[in-house]
Order: sequence, then structure tokens, then C-alpha cells
Amino acid sequence: MAINFETALGVHPTALKARTERASLLANNLANAETPGFKARDMDFQRVFEQSQFDGPQGLNMNVTSQKHTPGGAEVVDNGELMYRTPTQPSIDGNTVEEHVEHAQYMENALAFEASFLFLKSKFSGLLSAIRGE
Amino acid sequence: MSLAKIFDTAGSAMSANTVRLNTTASNLANAESAASSIDETYRARHPVFSAIQQQVQQLSFDTVGDGKGEAQGVQVLGIVESDSPLQERYEPNHPLANEEGYVFYPNVNAVEEMTNMISASKAYQMNVEVMNSAKSMMQRVLTLGQ
Repeated sequence: MAINFETALGVHPTALKARTERASLLANNLANAETPGFKARDMDFQRVFEQSQFDGPQGLNMNVTSQKHTPGGAEVVDNGELMYRTPTQPSIDGNTVEEHVEHAQYMENALAFEASFLFLKSKFSGLLSAIRGE
Repeated sequence: MSLAKIFDTAGSAMSANTVRLNTTASNLANAESAASSIDETYRARHPVFSAIQQQVQQLSFDTVGDGKGEAQGVQVLGIVESDSPLQERYEPNHPLANEEGYVFYPNVNAVEEMTNMISASKAYQMNVEVMNSAKSMMQRVLTLGQ
């Protein structure tokens, strides 16, 4: 069968997952808007997205020499994908959260989430009509 | 799921800001509480915020995948009393005046407290908004495939 869920849904599940990750990161920045010394962080969406799409090189998989071997491996945590925001107006207590920037990013992220969601939804309705043969 | 984490994060910020609002209310309420000695006088209180780090969880293998070393929310480390000098007023007729006729008033700065109050309530509002939009995102996900 040519159609499976992995290929039928395209990039959208990955995008949706990355969007939720980013939403939680930005929510954390907003929560710490008043914490002295807190550094605002954000992710390079492009990179995270590409990484989670082809999660090849960073995983350490075990060699399998027999059919009876259980596949396994260690996941390598890449902390490099989180970056620090450069504030436009640095504050005296070392906090780099700028509420308006974070809020704008959060809202933009929510909209992008909505877009990914709509794409995914239309994929599902396409599959559904294919199954029903309409 | 990371959307659920948003509720914890925003919730922690909301409770931290409630503590802040509470200390502000206490400071303003006691702004004129007189005492006859320095030790007995009320001093302005302020909470100390700090980010909650997820380092412990990061080390365990179960959460290696999702714990990316970012902080998850904010906590109140403690409440400190202000060191700024108390107000000493010469009021010999005051019932709490000491032998020299002085009464001590708290070191509450009303302007500072009002600013703190506005800042805390704004931060609270913003976190409510974050929570609301996370909620609508989650509700959208629940309708997937319908």
C-alpha cells in the first residue's frame, strides 16, 4: 500500500510539535519577565524543524547483526538549538525578557500553530474521503 | 506534551505575582503602623523571584528527550525586608512615643509600592492571556480529525 500515515501527513505533525515546543519556551520567557538575571531564550525554528524531520545523524543507534536483536540506542541531547535573545533595551537587573517582543512572538507562534493545524486537518479529511471512496 | 507545560509555567508566574501583590498590600496597609522602637517597627517586604531550573530532571534518562535545559516557570525564593532607614518623627504626644518623644514609622515607599502593584497585576494579566491561548491551542488539537 502506497499510502501510510508517515508520508500522507507530510511535514505538518513535525511542525505542530515544534510549534508547541516553542510555545512552551516563550511562555516560560513571559513567566520570568520579572525575574532578575533571567535570560530570554528562543529556538531556531528552521533548525529544530529540520532536525526533527530527518533525525538521522544525532541519534546513536546500536548495531543490529541479527534479526533477533532489539533495536536500541541513545538519543543525543542537542542543547545548541536554544539560543539567547539579544535585548534591544537591556535592563539594569540583567533580565533580557522584553514583554512586547515575547508576546508578539508567542502570538505569531500561535497563529503558525493554527496554520499547521489546518493543514493537518485538511490532510485528514482528504484521507477520510479517500477511505470512504467519495 | 509541551502545551500542558505552559499551564504549569504560566501558573507558577501567576502565583509568584500573587505573592508580590500580597506583599504590596501588606506594605501599603502597614505604611502608617507606628512603633516606639526600631526593632518593633514594620519594614517593607519584597519577594525575590528566581527561575525554576529543570536540572535534576535533565540528568535522569527518561526525560533526556524533552528536557532541553530551559527553565520551567518562576518561583519565589523568599521574602526579604527592606534595609532602607525607618522614618523617625518627633511626636511627643503620641501614645507610642519613646522617652525622647520619637515615634518610628515603617520604611514603606508608597510610590514604589504602587509601581510594584501595577507591574504585578500586568504580569498576572499577561500570564492569564498566555494560558488562554494555550488552552485554545489545545482545544483545537482535540478537534483534529473531526
